[in-house]
Amino acid sequence: MASLTRADVEHVAYLARLGLTPDELARLEGQLNHILDQYAKLAELDTDAIPPTAQTIELENILRDDVARPSLDPEAVLANAPERDGDAFVVPAILGGE
Amino acid sequence: MAEDLTQLLAHEMAARLRAGDTTSRELTAAHLARAHATDRGLHAWLTIDDGRALAEADAADARLAAARAGGTEAVAALHPLHGIPVALKDLVSVKGGQCTAGSRILEGYRAPYDAHITGRLHAVGAVILGKTNMDEFAMGSSCEHSAFGPTANPWDLERVPGGSSGGAAASVAAFQTPLSIGTDTGGSIRQPAALCGIVGMKPTYGRVSRYGIVAFASSLDQIGPFARDVRDASALLHAVAGRDERDSTSAPVPVPDDLVGLPSSDDEAASWLRGRRLGVPREYFVAGMDPGVEARIREAVAALEAAGATVEEVSLPHTDYGLATYYIVAPAEASANLARYDGVRFGHSVRGGEDYLADYLATRGSGFGPEVKRRIMLGTYALSAGYYDAFYLKALKVRTLIKRDFDQLFDAGFDALVAPTSPDVAFRFGEKMADPVRMYLSDACTLPVNMAGLPGVSIPCGLSGGLPVGLQLIGPAWSEATLMRAARGYEGATADAAWRRVLPTDLARLDDPAVPTPAERIAGR
Repeated sequence: MASLTRADVEHVAYLARLGLTPDELARLEGQLNHILDQYAKLAELDTDAIPPTAQTIELENILRDDVARPSLDPEAVLANAPERDGDAFVVPAILGGE
Repeated sequence: MAEDLTQLLAHEMAARLRAGDTTSRELTAAHLARAHATDRGLHAWLTIDDGRALAEADAADARLAAARAGGTEAVAALHPLHGIPVALKDLVSVKGGQCTAGSRILEGYRAPYDAHITGRLHAVGAVILGKTNMDEFAMGSSCEHSAFGPTANPWDLERVPGGSSGGAAASVAAFQTPLSIGTDTGGSIRQPAALCGIVGMKPTYGRVSRYGIVAFASSLDQIGPFARDVRDASALLHAVAGRDERDSTSAPVPVPDDLVGLPSSDDEAASWLRGRRLGVPREYFVAGMDPGVEARIREAVAALEAAGATVEEVSLPHTDYGLATYYIVAPAEASANLARYDGVRFGHSVRGGEDYLADYLATRGSGFGPEVKRRIMLGTYALSAGYYDAFYLKALKVRTLIKRDFDQLFDAGFDALVAPTSPDVAFRFGEKMADPVRMYLSDACTLPVNMAGLPGVSIPCGLSGGLPVGLQLIGPAWSEATLMRAARGYEGATADAAWRRVLPTDLARLDDPAVPTPAERIAGR
């Protein structure tokens, strides 16, 4: 079964957008590998002919009528903003430069 | 001396309310006072909102008065929960109130709208007292993963109440509220109900709308009730269940009125068991389970048989694969759901790094606790390029096998399955914190039920070493009313059992204003 190196753990933390301390990375390396060992049990089962179950109730394409309805009060929503500018959330810049 | 209203069951409160012997304000004030006075040693609550609760109580009293003026029919039309206090796990949105999900990353957030079930509870006239403690984002089996400190178990303040809905279960067991709402993704209602000696049900996936509930694993999460008896739990489920178009997974299946029609007579309740067919899955008696738990479950099975049920040993052969399957599917879904906590629109936010990525890393790295980080890491890995088929897709296929195990038994005509809820009684603080896999095993008997989307209820069935043991009843999809009848049947058949008279051992210690908090207790040893 797969085993995670420290570099793998750092890569997954980057994918998950988690800033982790060296201590956290070291602890997670051990713990994640211990948990991955438990996953190995699933390899005992031949599942080639088994369809996956993503959810358990057979509801599909649930749509509501396309009717305009009142939205949430913008003031109540923006009250939670860490940083706002009028009726907008201030987001970190994603494009470099001035 | 006036009667202590907090000692009553919800349906007893409702009867006194209708008879004019008390008011919703009195009931609410009594529970608020008890919750404030006894929560130092328990820490079941994250917020108690006296003002809002009393205003809701006054509104309920006014509605009752108006109904009285309208005659007996108008009074009879009120829901059994009218005027009755209820607590919400702190992941249920109440407009204007905090909703932390037990996490620092949601500190300071105020919900801009009501959850569907909040609206339902208001509509039936229930009174919301406040919000209860939980493992962060409902990830945990002990409530020790709350960012705001753990909750204790009223049966032994050195022990955990179970989790993730630990505060919800402890508050009901400690008579701070007759009813509370929890959520169950892998056992988070049933396991704490078992460890605190109360009733807790996880309904069928799709039974209760999750609109306004903080999401953990969206193909597994379900909302359900806690109470000190089956009738109260059933009435609370009745109040919150039903289709809501704002949650596309909430199913258009009628809510059975039977849920509020359970027999009050113990003999009548027990007689329902006659001729019912119950299966006892042998795989649920796992190696290493507490011998006292196994003994109580065997006795409970014997009591069901004595009451006239037919009991057969059955097999759910893929049970042993449940844990690995769950710990792929749930973290995978969690890693996607928790991507929304980026510090931009609400909650904890760290800004000022060298670029946007630095801000995200800092916000999430400092906002999430260790268990949540572990699960996000597991889920991100299981979904990452090159591993999706080996982990996530494989787990979804094994999930099919787990579900088929249950389907085959219910297709063969079993009314319900009977099993332990948890292989252990309440464990000590810290006992399972060092090894996540040991903690995860606490849910070995509950998480297959979530994988299959089925309803399950945990009811008290005695004590092992002075600590409560939970009996789990599992039914086919949409069989909540039958499961509640079966649970009420067991309650009726064992109404005279001596253990039913035993109160949580450490209740009296909670009255001491200088009792250590759970966090102080852990730090001090």
